[in-house]
Amino acid sequence: MDIEAAKLIGAGLATIGVAGAGVGIGTVFGHYVSAGIRNPAAAPKMFGNVLLGFALVEAQALYALVLAFLILFG
Amino acid sequence: MAEAHSPLEQFEVHRLVDMHVGGADVSFTNASAMMVLVVILVTVFLTLSMRGRAMVPGRWQSIAELAYGLVANALRDNVGADGRRYFPFVFTLFMFILLANLLGLIPFSFTVTSHIVVTFALAAVVFLGVTVIAVARHGLKFFTYFVPPGVPIFLAPLMVPIEIFSYFVRPVSLAVRLAANMIAGHTMIAVFASFVIALGFLGFAPLVFIVALYGLEVLVAFLQAYVFAVLTCLYLNDALHLHH
Repeated sequence: MDIEAAKLIGAGLATIGVAGAGVGIGTVFGHYVSAGIRNPAAAPKMFGNVLLGFALVEAQALYALVLAFLILFG
Repeated sequence: MAEAHSPLEQFEVHRLVDMHVGGADVSFTNASAMMVLVVILVTVFLTLSMRGRAMVPGRWQSIAELAYGLVANALRDNVGADGRRYFPFVFTLFMFILLANLLGLIPFSFTVTSHIVVTFALAAVVFLGVTVIAVARHGLKFFTYFVPPGVPIFLAPLMVPIEIFSYFVRPVSLAVRLAANMIAGHTMIAVFASFVIALGFLGFAPLVFIVALYGLEVLVAFLQAYVFAVLTCLYLNDALHLHH
């Protein structure tokens, strides 16, 4: 198989990992919203943790993306 | 027709002043210039905004106090009273990363934190510093950190290598998280900018999207600086208090 074709297929497959971030971010914010509706007074205190959780989940998607770029351009 | 520009061209490092010491290339590059600018701007901002020392802060002083409060609270919540002495370090880290991320958003400028070498240097300093602090404080008991509390003894041979591996992955994840966020954001902006040109009249649609994307990138700039600082606080807490 042509190396260029293999690179493109590899990069495409590596991008599938980004799906996990969709699940993760949805979970983080979904739980925050449902907990905030039950206990509105506690919601602002937890917002910092929500942002931290979001950034950590987002990082996983970006590791997959970085690997895709490494395969494509490395 | 103009030659096609790759969206990755914005990350290229160009020498501004050629300098060679011995065999090593120590040229002053656009990356160096941006880093010098970041340091100068942070220093000027913090000194000038706090010059009045008003009890009721004006606008600039409020911004400086907000940044201070953010980092001080993160240290106090995550580390406790011991964390106070590490405040200058974490605050410097936070302000440098924040302003480097924000300055990179100016069109035609250079994003220092999009290069793995820069973010890895920052993450390595955090990792090495935290490890040295832990070993200095706990001596050989530091190695009990790799056995999580409440683990049944037969699971330990499985858990300990995993814990050791995840400990060493920390600087890598810190570095890649920041760099990849910056690279991804800026590459997206460059790609959509090329769509604007290519579509001609209909190019206003990608342009509106770029405006929204810039808003997201400003949020990501703040968020990544904050996350780097908070994770530093968490690792400091692990080092100072092991698992307790």
